[in-house]
Amino acid sequence: MGKTLAEKVWDDHLVARGEDGAPDLLYIDLHLLHEVTSPQAFDGLRMAGRPVRRPDLTIATEDHNTPTIGIDRPIADLTSRTQIETLRRNAEEFGVRLHSLGDIEQGIVHVVGPQLGLTMPGITVVCGDSHTSTHGAFGAMAFGIGTSEVEHVLATQTLPLKPFKTMAVTVEGELRPGVTAKDIILAVIAQIGTGGGQGYVLEYRGSAIRSLSMEGRMTICNMSIEAGARAGMVAPDETTYAYLKGRPHAPEGADWDAAVEYWNTLATDDDAVFDAEIFLDANELEPFVTWGTNPGQGASLSDTVPNPAEIADANERAAAERALEYMDLAAGTPLKDIHVDAVFMGSCTNSRIEDLRAFASVIEGRTKAEGVRVMVVPGSARVRLQAEAEGLDKVITAFGAEWRFAGCSMCLGMNPDQLAPGERCASTSNRNFEGRQGKGGRTHLVSPLVAAATAIRGTLSSPWDLEQEQASAPVPSLQGGAR
Amino acid sequence: MEKFTRFTGVAAPLRRSNVDTDQIIPANFLKRVTKTGFEDALFYAWRQDPDFVLNRPAYQGASVLVAGSDFGTGSSREHAVWALRDFGFRAVLSPRFGDIFRGNSGKQGLLAGQISEEDAERLWAAIEAQPGVGVTIDLVERVATLGDLTVPFAIDDYTRWRLIEGLDDIGLTLRDEPRITEFESRRESWRPKTLPVK
Ligand code: SF4
Repeated sequence: MGKTLAEKVWDDHLVARGEDGAPDLLYIDLHLLHEVTSPQAFDGLRMAGRPVRRPDLTIATEDHNTPTIGIDRPIADLTSRTQIETLRRNAEEFGVRLHSLGDIEQGIVHVVGPQLGLTMPGITVVCGDSHTSTHGAFGAMAFGIGTSEVEHVLATQTLPLKPFKTMAVTVEGELRPGVTAKDIILAVIAQIGTGGGQGYVLEYRGSAIRSLSMEGRMTICNMSIEAGARAGMVAPDETTYAYLKGRPHAPEGADWDAAVEYWNTLATDDDAVFDAEIFLDANELEPFVTWGTNPGQGASLSDTVPNPAEIADANERAAAERALEYMDLAAGTPLKDIHVDAVFMGSCTNSRIEDLRAFASVIEGRTKAEGVRVMVVPGSARVRLQAEAEGLDKVITAFGAEWRFAGCSMCLGMNPDQLAPGERCASTSNRNFEGRQGKGGRTHLVSPLVAAATAIRGTLSSPWDLEQEQASAPVPSLQGGAR
Repeated sequence: MEKFTRFTGVAAPLRRSNVDTDQIIPANFLKRVTKTGFEDALFYAWRQDPDFVLNRPAYQGASVLVAGSDFGTGSSREHAVWALRDFGFRAVLSPRFGDIFRGNSGKQGLLAGQISEEDAERLWAAIEAQPGVGVTIDLVERVATLGDLTVPFAIDDYTRWRLIEGLDDIGLTLRDEPRITEFESRRESWRPKTLPVK
């Protein structure tokens, strides 16, 4: 019997196969660190007198606590500053490469890895961060781990793990203009639920996935964790190689050729069997938004806020009731009638250059809706520079939006970028949990195109609404996940 | 991790059941960046009371805690084990433990031994009859002895073996070290390296 992509990568990293119910011992090719989940791991090493086994396979960046304005001033919040300073001390003491605030390679850890060409097909990637699943877009096995596991990887470059189950998520068809990777993944999560992927690696397949850019694939793999999955993967292909080639850490010369030859063997075999399979029709997809307080509570933008009374499952019904109360929404309200106070364009889900281009293409030559605060936060210092080289910053500021420095920012509000209680936000991030973007804040997850149209109209909108509004005006060029 | 076979230490009686991890260490101590130095956080709220058992002179330096049923339930925070360990405890005896707490204990070298409700009462009575008395914990024989009172405790074979050998998760993996090195020797040169290029 053939093997799936996930099984191939797993088997190629077996240091020892577990016997009698013991876990396998898996080798880790790339270990990413940030300031929040690493301090106790380093302290554990220190207590035990252990070194970092492979500093040359380890890299750290500051992202969760970093401010996105005034980055040359000391960080005001004491806990934030302590975490950052601790990472700096640990990196120095243990010889780990660190990209600090102000450094040209600084940024969100899941943006930095791919951008440097460190993330590549057929490798294992871990980080003390659930959205490590992002890196699976390259055909890597990438997953988040806890702080004890971070210490384990630092000390041994391995992890004891039981194999994950595999699920095929097949998306066939062609996306309509204005529909993007973000809409695909929100629709997948709404279909299988936030627990539907538990214990699985999701492999995204089908013509709609193949036609996505690397940025689009990263958006999809990023949110695999929101379906409860351990990881998400896409088999590498020419799109992957084109993105990777020439990046600072990508293989060169004979190494490149050897790598590509191997990467070409990774795709799931025709006779491989998945533990589960689901299907989605891309032709039917519309711009998708969330109305509730978990990423599975979403619907097409043309729908209305659901009526909990019509939900059959008692738990889901109760969850929907609670969500509507928190979100201050009435059943039956058209989603397009929902007014927002803020728009957040950023996070490891949607803060790469292509995301910013898509956002800018919609807002270009327009001004934002009155009273709406619009914040644009690039995923890394390099993305910021690239955007400025293309003049996107001018488009963004002329629109009336704030152009910020790189970091996690309002994705989780560990820095001062937070919603005020009761404020409502259309956000390109990945979690709409209660209070995620600030205590009492209300989050609607959206794509960059929906974020842009919403910033223009002040209510949840997509570029389709702009077209209707100005049937005579030129249609903005739509570029999202689809190339 | 220190090897654990047999040791004698002062026992402290904690006559409470359902001691959850929030009581062992409140959430506001979780912001710290270290894995040590949590001794001040242990039972933080209760220790504000001068009469709390661990504040009494007789129990200073206690290293064995005899607690009521359902010790360590609640959140998964490893900090609960760190706090007990940093305070000086090497063993906790209770008629029942929270599952995650028990798992975390084994990984951090803290012995969580299960005793019967009756034996908990017997131990409490014996300790309170002579506060500050030493208890001997024998992991090899799985018994706790206080004068002529000897009570058995239960601990699973795997955790017992790890404690006796002094193996934490990392120590356990490093027993396979030659295999890791061998794997690394086969690692292809195209695989990523993070050291700065050029
Ligand atoms: S951007 Fe948000 S989801 Fe991504 S790593 Fe930062 S906090 Fe986590």
